[in-house]
Amino acid sequence: MLRLEKRPNPSRFWLYATPILAVFLTMVAGGLLFAMLGKNPIAVIKTIFWDPLFGEFAFYLRGQLLVKAGPLILIAIGLSLGFRAGIWNIGAEGQYIMGAICGAGVGLAFYPTESRLIFPAMILAGALGGCAWAMIPAILKTRFNTNEILVSLMLVYVADTILAKASTGFLRNPEGAGFPGSRSFSVSSFPAASNPELIAGTGLHWGGVFALAMGVAAYILLQRHILGFQIKLAGQAPRAARFHGVKPERLILLCMGLSGALAGLAGMFEVTGPAGKISIDFNVGYGFTAIIVAFLGRLNPLGIVLAGFIMALTYVGGEMAATNLGLPSAAIQVFQGMLLFFLLGVDVLTNFRIRAAIPGVS
Amino acid sequence: MLRRTLMTTAAAAGIALSLGGGAMAAGPMDNVKACFVYVGPIGDGGWTYQHHQGALDVKEAFGDKVEIQWQESVPEGADAERVLTQMALGGCNIIFTTSFGYMDATNAVAAKFPNVMFEHATGFKRDSANVSTYNARFYEGRAIEGLIAGRMTKSNKIGYIGSFPIPEVVMGINSYFHHARQVNPDVELTVVWAYTWFDPAKEADAAKAMIEQGVDVIASHTDSTAPLAEAAKSNGAVIGFGQASDMAEYKPSPRVTSIIDNWGPYYVKRVGALLEGTYEQVDAWEGIAGGEVLIGEITDAVPADVKAEAEAMRDAIAAGTYHPFTGPINKQDGSPWLAEGETAPDGDLLGMGFYIEGITGDIPQ
Repeated sequence: MLRLEKRPNPSRFWLYATPILAVFLTMVAGGLLFAMLGKNPIAVIKTIFWDPLFGEFAFYLRGQLLVKAGPLILIAIGLSLGFRAGIWNIGAEGQYIMGAICGAGVGLAFYPTESRLIFPAMILAGALGGCAWAMIPAILKTRFNTNEILVSLMLVYVADTILAKASTGFLRNPEGAGFPGSRSFSVSSFPAASNPELIAGTGLHWGGVFALAMGVAAYILLQRHILGFQIKLAGQAPRAARFHGVKPERLILLCMGLSGALAGLAGMFEVTGPAGKISIDFNVGYGFTAIIVAFLGRLNPLGIVLAGFIMALTYVGGEMAATNLGLPSAAIQVFQGMLLFFLLGVDVLTNFRIRAAIPGVS
Repeated sequence: MLRRTLMTTAAAAGIALSLGGGAMAAGPMDNVKACFVYVGPIGDGGWTYQHHQGALDVKEAFGDKVEIQWQESVPEGADAERVLTQMALGGCNIIFTTSFGYMDATNAVAAKFPNVMFEHATGFKRDSANVSTYNARFYEGRAIEGLIAGRMTKSNKIGYIGSFPIPEVVMGINSYFHHARQVNPDVELTVVWAYTWFDPAKEADAAKAMIEQGVDVIASHTDSTAPLAEAAKSNGAVIGFGQASDMAEYKPSPRVTSIIDNWGPYYVKRVGALLEGTYEQVDAWEGIAGGEVLIGEITDAVPADVKAEAEAMRDAIAAGTYHPFTGPINKQDGSPWLAEGETAPDGDLLGMGFYIEGITGDIPQ
């Protein structure tokens, strides 16, 4: 029989080894799934993990990885700060939508003015929009002790409805013949508010720049700043944190506000860049996927950057597998879900040691 | 700013050049790879399912000459552009994008791949010569549903679950109500906006709310069977219609008839034209006459005379002797829209943003 024995301290080795093990186990279990669907598992795994990087069309797909990873990283970094402090913002998807609507709204208010100030103003509006949306569960928690998990999640559906309203109503393109969707933010139609690729073929737009910069900033915050210390302390030892003078209310407002602002930024960069306009189906679940990315990256900013790329790989490669190998899209989603499942599963190795239990000895 | 523009254009040109070689000449082709982009899962039982049936029809019609590929549940937006680019890079000769929301992505990718043909369902933008659009005149089917609704309702309250307030849906609502009113001057219409194309829970809620208000005939513009499932709980008091697919499992009641999207004939025609070398850019909008809109079996839950009346209307539309929007019809505010005997021009329908006279409530703005 096997027995779990608590480690006196979390294992540093397993802290970094578990994500790799989880990816490996996902490949094995996913391979089994693909085999049961009648596909060659090696071919599918290769299509997902190898082809986007080194395959025939890598020149195009490599850039797409960054397009996909950018918003995931940006949102996940914000979430990870809260998660570390034990503050569970599950509603990043809603904050992402509100950031996009506010950012786009400010831009459209100036249409068709051309000024260098418009884009920075939109960035600010996007961050504030996401931040304000996250403040609702934060203030409700600090004032009335409501559960931020539920409130932030429920607000996603409210944001969804506002998005539908925006694209069919108050932000609708007046020249769009009554069809839903805002004016386009493409370079050709509204250059001042556009967020195009900065270097051709790389997929890098301002969102990617912010994502990478925030990764570094969050790393410095956690390692060098007193606030980072407080966040970590509040998560690991809430009582000790209180004695240390950490005000939980302040920390909740800060972490929720920061994660909301980053999610809002991600939405704003997406709507002005890759998505190109506010539409009914603008959001595609980055806010939820970012939760997986945050944990896959060990809630460590640099880990999250890496995890964002791995997740993007499963998206881009998964699409290729779906099209070229005829795999149902649900199989790809199961594959992505397995990643979080195995990660949480093998996480036990960080805090516990597996011992062979000898009968009679306890 | 200019520099950024130039660089993006250069990237686009790079992709177009790297493709080069022109697999697509004007002449006939031996083989065609036809690709389909779906907005939902094939198993949705409605919109996407019907498009996939059309894709399978193509395969059946041409056998080894055609290879089909598809991808389900592609989000409308940035992801669509990547999927389309992957397909074009992967050698697809013709790509059908089967949802309105793919409009910008389709046109953007089409501009980069002039040798690949793009067919966009329900859209109106054809920015480059290789983009065609196609749609079906679903409002013709709504006319028949409206006639049945007007005849069958006992409470004189009929309902319509709208997806989004866009011309396509407003057109359906107007046609449905117009034909109900024609046979039953006392009929009142309730519209509920679900703001979704496919969400069984929301659709069920909408149906439930209407049934509680006394509505006993429900038409829906959303794709799931949930409204029919709600109606089925009423022991025959409430009826509805199959939407997008036949939804035959709810026969004979509450599903008394259905509007079936039948894309097969169009898909076969277009891929066939590509094989023969007669392919041209089109803006197709066929209805009952062209076989794109099928009216499902009218069940015995409908009295024989009503059934005969509905079938006569179907046949008149098919023969081209009756247009569902034939004047006199006024707009909601009482101002005239169509004069006596005048039929609606397609342009009015495609941009329809108003209710006709007699409908209460406003189109959400």
